[in-house]
Amino acid sequence: MSDLAKTPETATDNPGAATTEAEPSAAPVPAVDPRLLVREEGFKGYWSEFTRKVRGGELGSLPVLVGLIVIAVVFQLQNSNFLSASSIANVAVYSSGLGIMAVGIVFVLLLGEIDLSVGSVAGVGAAVWAVLNVNHGWNDWSAVLAAVLSGLVLGALHGFFFAKIGVPAFVVTLAGFLGWSGLQEWMMGGEGSINTPSGSIVENLTNYFFEDKGVAYGVALVAVLAYAASLLMDSRRRGAAGLPARPTTEVLLRTGIVAILCFAVAYVLNEPSGARGLPLALVLFLAVLVVADFVARRTTFGRQVFAVGGNPEAARRAGINVDRIRITVFALSGMLGAFGGLFIASLSGGATKSVGGGNTLMLVIAAAVIGGTSLFGGRGKVWSALLGMIVIQSIQQGLNMIGMANAIQYMITGAVLLAAVVIDSVSRRTQKTAGRA
Amino acid sequence: MIHVSATPVLALRGISKRFGAVQALTDVDLEIRSGEVVALVGDNGAGKSTLVKTISGVHPIDEGAIEWEGEAVRINRPNDAQELGVATVYQDLALCDNLDVVANLFLGSELRKASVLDEIGMEKRAKELLDTLSIRIPSVRIPVASLSGGQRQVVAIARALIGDPKVVILDEPTAALGVEQTAQVLDLVERLRERGHGVILISHNMADVRAVADKVAVLRLGRNNGFFDVATTSHEEIISAITGATDNAVTRRQARTATKEDAK
Repeated sequence: MSDLAKTPETATDNPGAATTEAEPSAAPVPAVDPRLLVREEGFKGYWSEFTRKVRGGELGSLPVLVGLIVIAVVFQLQNSNFLSASSIANVAVYSSGLGIMAVGIVFVLLLGEIDLSVGSVAGVGAAVWAVLNVNHGWNDWSAVLAAVLSGLVLGALHGFFFAKIGVPAFVVTLAGFLGWSGLQEWMMGGEGSINTPSGSIVENLTNYFFEDKGVAYGVALVAVLAYAASLLMDSRRRGAAGLPARPTTEVLLRTGIVAILCFAVAYVLNEPSGARGLPLALVLFLAVLVVADFVARRTTFGRQVFAVGGNPEAARRAGINVDRIRITVFALSGMLGAFGGLFIASLSGGATKSVGGGNTLMLVIAAAVIGGTSLFGGRGKVWSALLGMIVIQSIQQGLNMIGMANAIQYMITGAVLLAAVVIDSVSRRTQKTAGRA
Repeated sequence: MIHVSATPVLALRGISKRFGAVQALTDVDLEIRSGEVVALVGDNGAGKSTLVKTISGVHPIDEGAIEWEGEAVRINRPNDAQELGVATVYQDLALCDNLDVVANLFLGSELRKASVLDEIGMEKRAKELLDTLSIRIPSVRIPVASLSGGQRQVVAIARALIGDPKVVILDEPTAALGVEQTAQVLDLVERLRERGHGVILISHNMADVRAVADKVAVLRLGRNNGFFDVATTSHEEIISAITGATDNAVTRRQARTATKEDAK
């Protein structure tokens, strides 16, 4: 047992012995169970911890990373343009709108619920923007704001019926899915489509690229520095408080990996021929991810979302306003859905009756699940929206490039979603047998 | 024992509670002083859980009075009880399996710094609290799901202490535990008493009750059926109060014949 803690005291977990032999205050032995598995120093420690976690079913983002590598290799062999600048920029732009919607879905899944209305809400958002901006002459910003707020209101309505009336979220949002797509069609009226005015905010959402190479590198540099600074500050404050802190080697290792990823993406977006620079859509998507991740992990609200997803009754008894959390999360999902709808409208050149229709809903939910957020509530990361959406869009991009028919694309995406759910269920079962769930 | 204050920190006087046609509690009295462990015992359906729920604010009382440190108070909601300083550890523990020990301890009363969770402060306080209670768990940063039953129980009890309550109610804390884990929890109950908390301990296990309780309050069919000092009362006396063996045809007849003979 090489990864057992090497504690000289091996019988201290016996409470009887602890109270009769010596009061714990007398013995400065840390209250650590000697059976606890502690990571060893150095690279070997990381590896043994990693294999132990995988065996215990704590897969995290591993399946997605493996999947992305497989996708990249397979499609690159089929078509040498798959990893080209324009292809990657394409994946980034197409991932952004749906990815922002997937962030909202991640929160809903963390509650252990589902939101089937997100596609229709996106359609309503696009329609609200188009009708106000083009038909009623509202200025750009207020029309965009109105669109996003309309999503917020629709989402809050779902949350109200779910939390206060007690209708299952599945049914409420199914009703929303039907109802709001009707509302969208009614708003779009006879024309059926309203083109994006050139130079408007919505057109720029997916068509603006920062052509100055400095922007992409600058964003990458800021991201790496901010990441390193937050790790270092955390380590220093933990050390000052006498708590176990991350070793400096780990901080350096993590920062190094993040730096390589960030600068590689910036390089591909900037340098090769045909590169257009950093897409605005990607910047917005990353901004949403960073803010949402902060909210989920570092604020009381995020903690309460996890608590309600893990055990609503426990959350209620702890004094958490469960209804308020539920309504807020559904409102958030609606808001991000409507915001994503503007991206879809931007990509398709205007608001139509079909924005947010088709497989939008399925792709968004699939992205959150493929990225590693559990369908069973309480487990997941905001970043799974990014990872999952990159997987889905890479598959679509690759299949498009090798000229695969739409029908085949659906089947493959379906299979990937099934695989993700199977991995989630199996890893959860393994975690249970390993005593981790 | 450690010093026991004169005024009870919590006193129930003539509590009645009715659910529809069922009279769950009738005229029940109970007193808890600081640094005192009162065991609340009784058969199934005797009203133990209902009584505890009236104290913790889940079910408001219909009749009677609740006194807190000598002053009349009303407890209508769980928040009222929490504000007074009553913490309840329910039988089903109410922990979030997906959250780590620190997050569970501070659930609902997270420490914050400028509206951001103060994880370091919480972890530090969690460690201090667990150390003073001599609670041994592998790490405060692992999900509660990976703890054993006894460890989960002590975490649930520790969680009740975060707000520094004056009265702690433990509902069947040893019901599902093994020998060693039971000892661990009983140790913890004694430490609560040493720290000056008043403890109400609901238990079916007479051995546990005799091991840690100072007083035993027996409920039978929603009424008081005796208060006993554990040190001076035999096991059989408590059992007969619980089962109602003191009040049956035989004892009543004995009582009657005794009074007749006295009269002669």
